[in-house]
Amino acid sequence: MRYLPHTPEDIARMLRVIGAPSVEALFAHIPETLRAERPLDLGPALDEASLLAHLAELAARGRASGAEGSLSFLGGGLTPHHVPTAVDALLQRAEWYTSYTPYQPEISQGTLQAVFEFQTLVAELFGLAIANASMYDGASATAEAILMARRITGRTHAVISSGLHPHYLETAETYLSGLHPHAEQVFGAAQLDGTRGQTDPATVEAAIVAAGDGGVCCVVVQTPNYFGVVEDLAPLAEVAHRHGALLVAVTTEPVAFGALQPPGALGADIACGEGIGLASGPSLGGPGVGLFAARAEHTRSMPGRLVGETVDRDGQRGYVLTLATREQHIRREKATSNICTNQGLCALAFTIHACLLGRRGLAELAALNLAKAEYAKGLLSSLRGFSLCYSGPTFNEFALRVRGGNAAHAVDTLAGDGLFAGVALACAPDTLLVAVTEKHRKEDIERLARSLDKVCP
Amino acid sequence: MSDHPNRPAKPIATRQLLHPSPPIFEQGSPGRTGASLPPLDVPAIDPKAHFGALARSEPPGLPEVSEVEVTRHFTRLSRWNYAIDIGLYPLGSCTMKYNPKVNERVARMPGFAGLHPAQPVSTLQGALAVMWKLERLLCEISGFARATLQPAAGAHGELAGLMMIRAYHQDRGRHPTKVLIPDSAHGTNPASCTLNGFQIVPIKTGADGLLDIDSLRAAADGDTAAVMMTNPSTLGLFEERLADAAEIIHRAGGLVYMDGANLNALLGKVRPGASGVDVMHINLHKTFTTPHGGGGPGSGPVGVTAALEPFLPTPTVEKDPGVDGAYRLLFNRPKSVGRLRSFFGNFGMHVRAYTYIREMGGPGLTQATEMAVLNANYLRSRLKDAYPLAYERPSMHEVVFTDKRLKRETGVQTLDVAKRLMDYGYHPPTIYFPLPAVTGGAGALMIEPTETETPETLDAFADAMLSIADEARTEPETVKTAPHQTAIRRLDETRAARHPRLRWTRQ
Repeated sequence: MRYLPHTPEDIARMLRVIGAPSVEALFAHIPETLRAERPLDLGPALDEASLLAHLAELAARGRASGAEGSLSFLGGGLTPHHVPTAVDALLQRAEWYTSYTPYQPEISQGTLQAVFEFQTLVAELFGLAIANASMYDGASATAEAILMARRITGRTHAVISSGLHPHYLETAETYLSGLHPHAEQVFGAAQLDGTRGQTDPATVEAAIVAAGDGGVCCVVVQTPNYFGVVEDLAPLAEVAHRHGALLVAVTTEPVAFGALQPPGALGADIACGEGIGLASGPSLGGPGVGLFAARAEHTRSMPGRLVGETVDRDGQRGYVLTLATREQHIRREKATSNICTNQGLCALAFTIHACLLGRRGLAELAALNLAKAEYAKGLLSSLRGFSLCYSGPTFNEFALRVRGGNAAHAVDTLAGDGLFAGVALACAPDTLLVAVTEKHRKEDIERLARSLDKVCP
Repeated sequence: MSDHPNRPAKPIATRQLLHPSPPIFEQGSPGRTGASLPPLDVPAIDPKAHFGALARSEPPGLPEVSEVEVTRHFTRLSRWNYAIDIGLYPLGSCTMKYNPKVNERVARMPGFAGLHPAQPVSTLQGALAVMWKLERLLCEISGFARATLQPAAGAHGELAGLMMIRAYHQDRGRHPTKVLIPDSAHGTNPASCTLNGFQIVPIKTGADGLLDIDSLRAAADGDTAAVMMTNPSTLGLFEERLADAAEIIHRAGGLVYMDGANLNALLGKVRPGASGVDVMHINLHKTFTTPHGGGGPGSGPVGVTAALEPFLPTPTVEKDPGVDGAYRLLFNRPKSVGRLRSFFGNFGMHVRAYTYIREMGGPGLTQATEMAVLNANYLRSRLKDAYPLAYERPSMHEVVFTDKRLKRETGVQTLDVAKRLMDYGYHPPTIYFPLPAVTGGAGALMIEPTETETPETLDAFADAMLSIADEARTEPETVKTAPHQTAIRRLDETRAARHPRLRWTRQ
């Protein structure tokens, strides 16, 4: 076994030092009644060539939308971008991927400085003062943001825009299920304006009022929202703040903030979301990387790890994990969160890509996404079988209403040819979400239009 | 004693040609970029005109650097990290074993890495097969009926497991509020309980280092939702009274949650689900070799007995009958606790863990456990005179030593030993944990070598530990001011916390 270096002679020598007659004797103290009743049955062990063949066979059973020969317009919470080769090449340095949480700063400065840079990039993107070292994904980050707003305000209820990704709402409900017998009752809904597709501030206010006096800790709004529409956060922040609640801005597409005002500039108190689209391939949606930023005054209420700058005893600049008294390993049941291992390597990938893009590249990338999506939007909405769901501004994703009402049928039909036309919404069967990015050439968009026209004439 | 001649060890770490790399924001030049973007082949849209007041007025403060600068920066930074591929990384309860290279290759196969979670299920059959098969393998290993692969890390798995426990009780019309937790538990255990609205009842560790069964009995009552125990405990000891504990808890109407962080000690030896445990999370990034990544991504599947299956998070992966039965995602689970994250879990980690388990097979995994326990006991034998054990009971995959003797005789403490180990070329062990080992001002060193280390490595490490104990007597200041060979010295953590600087800004 290539990962187990012990020869029989090694084992015999080690047992002599230990003073044990056999390896089995090291387990003798485990009571008989607790022992496994039979050997593990896991199938035959495979050598590397057989292993690769087996896994390649499994990988070939699907049809990857991100693989060569496919054309994909899938988004819906995960919009894959082109990730430069340099990102994965750097990630594969063993010093990055075979190290762990930087508990010993003297020999972990690489990870610590990279996290410090990640925190800076996320804070810059969101226009907020501070960011943490990452959360699991956008959905759990959103749940943690609500918990943080509860800690800050001492209130229990949250108003959620119906433009929030359904997985994020479900995750928030699950996270709060232990804290309230009927968790769904602590969530009030704010509706989208039926024409423009943006969260209607009047319904936010109504939901806050309905929750009872002073009961709402935060208003949660996704931008661009689940239907692709860019939200105007400022009036929503105004309503939230007027009632003493925080505004939590969520995004599943941080690239949008290369073109859009960041949430922090529009009044958001906490911003969070998903960054995996810039970091790596979609990998069936996991691992992701949860982004999490907030105003400076909320630093000590933050969940998750934080890296801070300091100096060593020679006065050299260096980095350490800091403000750990918020965390589970110090504070135990009084911690701000139970999170320990986060998404370090994905955060590093996000950092590397953001650095490659840079100030100018991110803006250009955003402009490309916008132009391609607008072209596609014009083309697809002019088809007989399709119309735009909403008139509000969109970034790189938009919702189409499918005549005849069966978006899933169109998607399934085209997937056979390796054309993934978009996400057919489970919550609205006549709706197709189409994501268009820098990866799509003009002719790709035109092929999508022809194909959709064919299946839904 | 001729079997392990004490070789005088000496500090070996050198600085070699290591480059500091200033924050990337201090590098580059305005107008420079490392981007490679396609040309615009559709009509241009000006974001400012398009979005009006919603358009960004000032671009985000990202660096302006070329790909060469980015590559140098992150390559240089990487060299300031210690890593498993460099040497022994004996962090207790973290199971820093070797991460097979083949796992990385498999996870990057386009047929896995290129899958979007919203693809039609018919195009996801290979990935769902991996998830379904991995669930079956984990259940065979752990003795459970079903498992969810959704949690992103161990603590996320704890959250899921406790939620299922709550749902189980509520389904029976019960609303118990307490979870009993031994004081040796990892901090995530009580934190996960709080997040679930449970009250914590700490159970003290007995004089022998095991869970004190009388304290457990006294605390268990009709208001007990569960006991949450780690086995082997964070002291590296097998909880021999697990069966009694399970009986006490079950009789009180509660369930047994086992923190599976230390499952690497039990493969092929104990199947917790068949031994009285109702729920257990498994850290794929510990026992099943998915890389720790500088702090994630991890993966924390949770195994449950048949009684808890209805409460598994949604969706689950199901297989239609027959050898060629299709795989499906089942969302309609009326009693489910719900969803804990977006999509289906850290699939990239599932692929790696599946690859590892298939390479090892049952006998291979059993042997891994045996060698992990052998390695830990070998270090125990070599070090226990210089560093007295926290508890004298038999050790499993990790050993907790104390600085009792060293501190009394020399004034040198655990932190000093840990820092001095770096000069000898090692990552220090977990220190000042678990809590029962650090009562009365003692310092604890929790060492988990794992099975992938050679006896030569263990000998060299033991020699280093013994040399440090000698140095503590002959030149204590050297140890107390360590490390000396690292590129950066001990850092001022107080300053970091008092004057937090959590992001780069121009100064």
